[in-house]
Amino acid sequence: MFSNRYIFIYSSIMVTVVAIALTLVAVSLKPTQEANVRIEKMQNILKAINITATPKEAQTLYKKYIVKSYTLKADMTEAPSIDAFSIDLAAETKKANPADRLYPLYIAVLDNGDTSYIFPMRGKGLWGPIWGYVALKNDFNTIYGVMFDHKGETPGLGAEINTDKFQQQFFGKTIFDENGNYTAVKTIKGGAGSSNPHGVDAISGGTITSNGLSAMLEDGFKAYLPFLQKKIKQVKTENIDGGTQI
Amino acid sequence: MKEPLFSAKNLKLLTGPLNLNNPITVQVLGICSALAVTVQLKPAIVMALSVTVVTGFSNLIISSIRNTIPPRIRIIVQLVVIASLVIIVDQLLKAYVYDVSKKLSVFVGLIITNCIVMGRLEAFAMAEKPWRSFLDGVGNGAGYGLILIAVGFFRELLGSGKLLGLQIIPHFLYEMGYKDNGLMILPPMALITIGIIIWIQRSANRELIDKS
Amino acid sequence: MSHLFDIFVRSIFIENMIFAYFLGMCSYLAVSKTVKTSVGLGIAVTFVLIITVPVNWLLENYILKPGALIWLGSDMAGIDLSYLSFIMFIAVIAAIVQLVEMVVEKFSPSLYNALGIFLPLIAVNCAILGASLFMQERDYHTLGEASVFALGSGIGWFLAIASLAAIREKITYSNIPAPLRGLGITFILTGLMAIAFMSFMGIKI
Repeated sequence: MFSNRYIFIYSSIMVTVVAIALTLVAVSLKPTQEANVRIEKMQNILKAINITATPKEAQTLYKKYIVKSYTLKADMTEAPSIDAFSIDLAAETKKANPADRLYPLYIAVLDNGDTSYIFPMRGKGLWGPIWGYVALKNDFNTIYGVMFDHKGETPGLGAEINTDKFQQQFFGKTIFDENGNYTAVKTIKGGAGSSNPHGVDAISGGTITSNGLSAMLEDGFKAYLPFLQKKIKQVKTENIDGGTQI
Repeated sequence: MKEPLFSAKNLKLLTGPLNLNNPITVQVLGICSALAVTVQLKPAIVMALSVTVVTGFSNLIISSIRNTIPPRIRIIVQLVVIASLVIIVDQLLKAYVYDVSKKLSVFVGLIITNCIVMGRLEAFAMAEKPWRSFLDGVGNGAGYGLILIAVGFFRELLGSGKLLGLQIIPHFLYEMGYKDNGLMILPPMALITIGIIIWIQRSANRELIDKS
Repeated sequence: MSHLFDIFVRSIFIENMIFAYFLGMCSYLAVSKTVKTSVGLGIAVTFVLIITVPVNWLLENYILKPGALIWLGSDMAGIDLSYLSFIMFIAVIAAIVQLVEMVVEKFSPSLYNALGIFLPLIAVNCAILGASLFMQERDYHTLGEASVFALGSGIGWFLAIASLAAIREKITYSNIPAPLRGLGITFILTGLMAIAFMSFMGIKI
C-alpha cells in the first residue's frame, strides 16, 4: 500500500520538519536558559555572603556587592584575560593536569564596608557532585558565610547540607590554627562542640556526604593556600585589610 | 449531523481515565518515570502537566496524520513525534521554571518512554479522529497526573510537614513531640503509597478487583 | 580499577534502576508473574543496555555535547547539539533493538525463542533510555565507565525482577485482602524490597 519510495520521502520530510522545529525552539529559548544559569550562580555567590536574593534582584545585588573578581592560575598568579564568572568549575576539576586549572575568586564589599573573599569549590557527595562558595573575612582566616548545594544527595540526610541550619554552623570558624597552620574546617561525626574553631557537626545519617564536604573544603582552600598565606602576611605586617587588589 | 465538541461520549474520554480506567492504577502503564519526582508536590504538579501536554498533543498530531503513516515505520514516527514534543517541553521548563526543571532532571526525558503515551497512540490515536484523540490524551495524562499529585501530596505533607514548600503542620505539634516521617521522603514510600491508593480505589470500586 | 568496581557495585545495589529510580516498572510489573519469563526479560534488558549505553556515550561525547564536534575542526567547537539528545538516544535505542532482534534471529534461533517476545517491548522500556540519560547526566568520563555502569544497571534490574517474580509465585497462596490482590500488593512488595535494598546505601569501595 505504501511504496518504499513513499516511506523514504515520508521519513525525510519528517526528519527535516522535526529538525527545523526543534532547532527553532532551542535557539529561541537558549538566551533565557543561559540567563537562568547565570542568575542562579549569582544567587549562590551572594548566598555565601549571607544575602538571599530572588532571581529578579540577583543581578542588581550582585553588581552592588561583588566589586571585583579575579581568575588565578594554579600558581596563584592572575590570569587577567579570563573572566572569573565564566569559569565552569566542573570543567576545571576535570582537567588532567592540575597545573592547567583555573581558580576564580570573587571579592565583595559588605554593608559595613568590610571586604570579603569568596572561594568557589567543588567536591563529591554520596550520589553525585556537591559544590559551594565559602566567604572569608578580611583576615583570610575566619569564615564569614557559606553556601553549599548538591545534585542529588539523599533527601533528609545528605541533602541537609543546603539548609541554613547546617550552613550557619560554619560562621566564625577558622581555617588556620593560632600558629598559622592550615587546618581547614571539618565535619565531625557525633558533634563538634561549639568550642571547636575548626569543626562543625556532621549530618547524622549523612556520613559520606559530610566526609565529602570536609574533603571539598580541605582541597578547596588548599589550592588557594599560597595566596592566602601571602595575604595573611601582608595583613599582619601592614595591619590593614587586604583590600580588593590581589 | 455534527456532534457537539463536548458531547457526553466525548466527555467520557476525558473523565474515564480519572478513575475507572486510570492509566496507573488500572491499566498499569507509565509508572516508570513518575515516582521519583513525587517527593514534593511542586515537581509532581509540573510533571503531571508536562505529561498531559505530551499525551494530548502527541495523540492529536498522530491522529491527524494517521492515514499517511506507513505501517512499517509507524513506531519510529510515533517515537519521533513524542520525542520532539518532550524536547520542546524540556526546553520550555528549563527556560521558565528552572528550579523545578533541575529537580526533574532526567525524568522529563523519560516521558518519551512513558508507556501511557505510546499506549494511547497505539490503542486510540491510530484509529480515531483528532479531537477525540486529543481528549483521550488529555484525559489519560490527567488521570496519571492525579495519582502523581496525590502521591506527592502525601509524601510532602507527611515527610516534611509542608505543601508546595509552605509549612502546613503547625509548629506547636512539633513541640508536643510530633516528628516528620523521614521514611516518606525515601523512594520506596512512593511505591507503598501507590499500593495503598490502589487498595482504597479497589475497595470503593469492587469491579476492579483482580479475579484470580 | 577500584573506581570501575565502585561504579559497578553501586549501579547494582545502591542506584538500582527499579528500587531507587523506578525505571522499567511497566514491564517489571507486567512480566514478573513467573520466574522463567522474568529471567528472560532480565537477560534481554541487560543485553540491550550493554550495547546502547556505550553507543550513546560515543554519540554524546563526539557529537552532542557542547564543544564535542571539535574533532571536525576548531570552528565547530561552539556548536551545542545537546537539545537533540533525547531524540538521538531513543532513535539509537530503537534501531539497536531492531538490529539485535534481527541478528539474534539469524544466528541463534534458540536465544531468539527465549528473548524474542521481549525485544520489541524493550525499545520503550524506561530503564534503557533512563540508563542513557543517567550516563549523560552523571558525565562518565570514559567508555569503560559507561559500559560498566550499563552492565551493573542491567544486572541490578535482572536481580530486581527475578526476586520479585519469586516472591509473587509464593504469595499466590497467601490470603490477601481482595482489593489489594494483584497490583496493589505488588507495589507494596516492591516498596518493601526497595527499603531492604536501601541498607546497601553508604557502602563505599
